[in-house]
Amino acid sequence: MTEPREASSPEIYPEQYELRGPPRGAPACFRRRAFLKILGTGLVVLCVNRRAGAQAESGAGALRRAGGSPRPANLDAWLQIAPDGTVTFFTGKTEMGQNIRTSLTQAVAEELPAPIGSIRAVMADTDLTPYDAGTYGSRSTPDMGLQLRRAAATAREALMDLAAARWSVDRGSLAVADGKVLHPQSQRSAGFGELAAGSKLVRTISSETAVKPATGWRVAGLSVAKVDGRQFVSGRHRYASDIVLPGMLFGRVLRPPAYGATLDSVDASRAEAMPGVRVVRDGAFVGVVAPTSHAAALAVAAVAGTWKTRAQPSEDQLFRELRGGGNPPASGLIREADGALTLRRTYTIAYIAHVPLEPRAAVAEWKDGKLTVWTGSQRPFGIRDEELAEAFGLGPERLRVIVPDTGSGYGGKHTGLAAVEAARLARAADRPVKVVWSREEEFTWAYFRPAGVIDVASRVRADGTLAAWDFHNYNSGSAGIAPPYAIPDPQTQFHRADSPLPQGSYRSLAAAANHFARESHVDELAGALKIDPLEFRLRNIRNPRLQAVVEAGARAFAWGGAKTAGHGAGMAVGLDKGGHVATFAEVAVDAESGRVGAVRVVQAFECGAVVNPDHLRLQLEGAVVQGLGGALFEAVHFENGRILNPRLSAYRVPRFSDAPAIEIVLVDRKDLPSAGAGETGIVGIAPALGNAICDATGVRLRSLPMVPDGLRRAS
Amino acid sequence: MPVVTELNVNGVRYPLNADGDRPLLSVLRDDLGLTGTKFGCGEGQCGACTVHVDGVPIRSCLTPAGAIGPQRVTTIEGLEKDGRLHPLQQAFLDAGAMQCAYCTSGMIMSGVVLLAKNPDPTDEDIVRFMDGNICRCGVYPRILDAVRRAAKAMGGVRP
Repeated sequence: MTEPREASSPEIYPEQYELRGPPRGAPACFRRRAFLKILGTGLVVLCVNRRAGAQAESGAGALRRAGGSPRPANLDAWLQIAPDGTVTFFTGKTEMGQNIRTSLTQAVAEELPAPIGSIRAVMADTDLTPYDAGTYGSRSTPDMGLQLRRAAATAREALMDLAAARWSVDRGSLAVADGKVLHPQSQRSAGFGELAAGSKLVRTISSETAVKPATGWRVAGLSVAKVDGRQFVSGRHRYASDIVLPGMLFGRVLRPPAYGATLDSVDASRAEAMPGVRVVRDGAFVGVVAPTSHAAALAVAAVAGTWKTRAQPSEDQLFRELRGGGNPPASGLIREADGALTLRRTYTIAYIAHVPLEPRAAVAEWKDGKLTVWTGSQRPFGIRDEELAEAFGLGPERLRVIVPDTGSGYGGKHTGLAAVEAARLARAADRPVKVVWSREEEFTWAYFRPAGVIDVASRVRADGTLAAWDFHNYNSGSAGIAPPYAIPDPQTQFHRADSPLPQGSYRSLAAAANHFARESHVDELAGALKIDPLEFRLRNIRNPRLQAVVEAGARAFAWGGAKTAGHGAGMAVGLDKGGHVATFAEVAVDAESGRVGAVRVVQAFECGAVVNPDHLRLQLEGAVVQGLGGALFEAVHFENGRILNPRLSAYRVPRFSDAPAIEIVLVDRKDLPSAGAGETGIVGIAPALGNAICDATGVRLRSLPMVPDGLRRAS
Repeated sequence: MPVVTELNVNGVRYPLNADGDRPLLSVLRDDLGLTGTKFGCGEGQCGACTVHVDGVPIRSCLTPAGAIGPQRVTTIEGLEKDGRLHPLQQAFLDAGAMQCAYCTSGMIMSGVVLLAKNPDPTDEDIVRFMDGNICRCGVYPRILDAVRRAAKAMGGVRP
């Protein structure tokens, strides 16, 4: 069973299989003096970057050669208090709707303590923020939250030292509140800015720095509203796709007609004749720049390429391909003499697309030999140190990646293709260039959530306790593969496969697929034994945290209550990345049309101490709605290297009319460290809906999506 | 289509020199710098590009700039009056009705028209009217709440 990893450092853990290979090392190149100059006077909290020292000996040589500069001492600035009292914290994390900007602000406000309004976050700017591997894996709250708490606690201690010296009083007689240090006996007080003014005071974070326990939180733990919400409702926030630079041109890139196609020849004469259009060729790369986005779209459409394509697996061969050509194992239910059951089933998962509403976008500018790119991504440092460094042979000191708060990612924005494309076009055009992918490009040239085949064989005793478990996942991944049940020596295995389509991370990685298979399977076992699904699970759960959310969710859902005709109820439980979830769903199935609708969902969740209850609820509500799409109807269709439905008119995502009534039940454990919560809320919805459909109709669905065209009983 | 030489957007008459075939969205964003209106799909499926033309909600990604003529265009930037948010903008903040917020401009522009037509909409009315707007973060229940709150704040009075 996976327990949450203890938060230890801000270094973010390597992504799993889904990322397409482990991320390579990246140096944290921090130019301390230059940085302090930018910051001006006041108090600065730094942290020695241990990672950088280790890397000097390991994998960073290539980058050093490429950059041609020796690595300076590595000190990262995490927090600054300016003479006007403004607190600025620095983090390499990206904001893409998970509202981490707000919850990290709360963490800093709590620890100083200072008013939320006096705190500013500088995020995801490779020139200004400490190195960060990326925003994924639900690590921002447990790792970055702790790091920033320590930075803030360090600042608070330094400010108390300053005040004690200034007033010649005992440090123990001081109090801190609301951005001020107070000396209650003499009724003196001084604002943080006032204390920090006039000096350049530097403190370093120590791993011994104590932070407040969650039981004493006053600001963290509250439902603080999105800190810059007004920027968004007024249309003022500039996403990467909204950045405008003087003299900027708009770029588009010529795409192959299929994956793996190679360019034979290009006729760009029609495009070149268009006013203001320039065609850029660089080997196999062909792109255009034009004065407007519309002109760029027309120009790239006018470029005629001839391509060599190759045959590749289509959708109808997919699951056989993923098994490496092997046949599926036998399927069926065997009842034994003693009342025990053996069940063998296969589950399949289609490729689905992230469909971030803001497509991939980047604006690139070359100035004095340095490239700056604004782009929507979850891995600004990865884009700098891997993709841009490789494409242009430049070291990190000549590359800067800035990620404005982004129009969502869901795991889909790890790569920086648009950034490289904009930079290539900008270099050729000698002007800043913006590239915004079309929806069709976003559907085709990014990457998908992996498809998968999952074979499960299990044995359950007549009393409903699980006796054996054998679980094989082909291709989709190993996240969340361990069953959260008490089973003697459970066998789980993830088998890598050659994916016909480009695939990568997606919210919760393979945990959604593995939970779908496991929880559908367990439900079938319960049904075969005629044991209530809730009771069956409780008989096999030994983890008290999971048990608590199951019970809380069941109560709120009124599990076992009266049912409307044509409706069904289903549940699923899950455990991944430190989050404990129980999802209960009610569906309505229309007997005539076969239409399946989610009527209501109750989701109980526990992830340790809750930092922002309202934003946690919002994440969990959103995960239910997003997960509902992949559960019921989303699927990428493809044939011979071509995506057949790369448009929102052909790829259905959940809309208002698909959203059920959702009730979130939070179990707040102030005694436990906060885990992340952006992902695990999605793992329960597909099996809960499938189990509810089975409850309503007796039809057991084992393939995602389950009802792309409604429920067909005959099939 | 002839060249567009002027557009009336948010009460301002902007001089222009834009090909009338260009989508209104491209002209608003690229020529006028009004980037609050978003590109989402380019085929009128997601609603991120919704603006008002004489009070009617349209998909600016599919509407040629040349078709606007002297009609008044309103974008998200035009809702705020004298530093005061439109009640629906305020309701989005109060209901926490956004995550990444990329859909928010289009959602608000659609919702403002709904409330103008139907000052006291039922949930069914809201779902029916807003079903052409996609929020990929799945914030729909909060957006419903925001529209309800705004309806209440506006007192059900037809503007």
